Amino acid sequence: MAEQAIPGWKKWLEASGDQVTFLSGFFRNLFRGGFEWSEFVRQCYEIGYKSFMLVGTTAFIMGLVLALQLRPTLVGFGALSMLPKTLAVSIVREIGPVITAIICAGKIASGIGAELGSMKVTEQIDAMEVSGANPVQYLVVTRVLATTFMVPLLTLLGDVLGLIGGFLAINITSHVSALLYFNKCIASIGFVDLLPAFIKTIFFGFIIGFIGCYKGYNSNRGTESVGLAANSAVVTASLWIFVVDAIVVQISSLLFYH
Amino acid sequence: MEETDKHIEHKSKSSASKAETVIHIKGLKKSFGSKIVLKNINLDVTRGENVVVLGKSGQGKSVAIQCIVGMLTPDHGSLTVFGDEVTDMNERQLKELRIKIGFLFQGGALYDSMTVRENLEFPLTRVLKLKDQDEIDQRVEEVLDGVGLLDAIDKMPSDLSGGMRKRVGLARTLIVKPEIMLYDEPTTGLDPITSREISELILEMQKKYKTTSIIITHDMECARITADRMVVMNEGEFVAEGSFEELKKSKEQFVRSFFN
Repeated sequence: MAEQAIPGWKKWLEASGDQVTFLSGFFRNLFRGGFEWSEFVRQCYEIGYKSFMLVGTTAFIMGLVLALQLRPTLVGFGALSMLPKTLAVSIVREIGPVITAIICAGKIASGIGAELGSMKVTEQIDAMEVSGANPVQYLVVTRVLATTFMVPLLTLLGDVLGLIGGFLAINITSHVSALLYFNKCIASIGFVDLLPAFIKTIFFGFIIGFIGCYKGYNSNRGTESVGLAANSAVVTASLWIFVVDAIVVQISSLLFYH
Repeated sequence: MEETDKHIEHKSKSSASKAETVIHIKGLKKSFGSKIVLKNINLDVTRGENVVVLGKSGQGKSVAIQCIVGMLTPDHGSLTVFGDEVTDMNERQLKELRIKIGFLFQGGALYDSMTVRENLEFPLTRVLKLKDQDEIDQRVEEVLDGVGLLDAIDKMPSDLSGGMRKRVGLARTLIVKPEIMLYDEPTTGLDPITSREISELILEMQKKYKTTSIIITHDMECARITADRMVVMNEGEFVAEGSFEELKKSKEQFVRSFFN
């Protein structure tokens, strides 16, 4: 039994060690000169701009559905006037950041994992390394920074479109002016709602980029490993998003909501 | 064709002359887990020499050249390039060494998100840190012209054939003017005509850039065209050494089997 358990632990320890080494490699190269600005901008476009439509549509529908489902409950409590506030707080604090991050994990982390995995299989990363260039600086640093920068922006877009979706849902059944609705939404959101939400989106962005790069960069040789890298990147990034979300919510509850 | 044959006739004379050893490998061993890939590799390569490493697939030929550029660390033995021990090098020293060594991968390993021009500019701007765009353009066009693919300068790698990809890969490697070239099965997967063209191109580029080369192959036509000297690898060891003609007449059945 003990003989069977040791390789599992060894594997786990090896993987943890690899991740720490990869992370330290990222930070070492982050502060090294010669930042790849053009690749960073390209990645921001690829990662951020090309996800606008998906994130926007999903957030809009989420806002709409949330409003439609909240309405009967709030009517039952005679608190329909609380609908904009409830919508705004739930979207800004939790639904906007987490839904955006999960969508980005599915689209971006898998994309990065598959791209770098395929580069590994076709020896492009080896070619870069063996030529004396720095693949971590060119491929990893730019992608991780691009996701860290773009996921908060995508979340902001998702929040706004989610609220617009909520406004549309309210106006299906009743009439509320846009000015009143958005005034109520904005009035109900405070610094304590925005700051923790914004901070956690930065972590989400980092997780998505880092895990996508790690899985792709360390994939095995062979076409099957490209799919495995993409799949593993989505699963691991999604799991870490929820773990970090739970931690940030606990910390922000202790700091702001008591 | 005529030039190639002349080269084959004269290369034994050139290899006979005493020259500086640029790669010295002694007692190299490498294992992956319990699998021993390199048992005991000994090899000296002199400046300007073309050494062909012949062997069946999976015998550790590629592992040996990956050790030379520090992609893999040997378990045991000495490996010096230009007199410096590769296994003792730090990251900076390894980077400096890699600039002097060109490595042509089996599939060309072109960066598929970049055009041919961007592929060739990459080592110039990232490795040699060139800033002058005119100089970059001139070098890119010169080396692409050398491999006969100037017309493909703005194409994407996905638009190129296998042979063209290898030519561009060769151009990208040669653009930094390396002193040593390592070729990992340069003609694998190509038709006989393109294989011959690539082999002749390797020879032409070797003359033009005066490189020292190690060519991993099991393509006998490529070996015949390019080799000054050949070594045959079997089960992680070099089992025979000599010119193409010498090995062709070898008494060893294993060696002769490559020529049949």
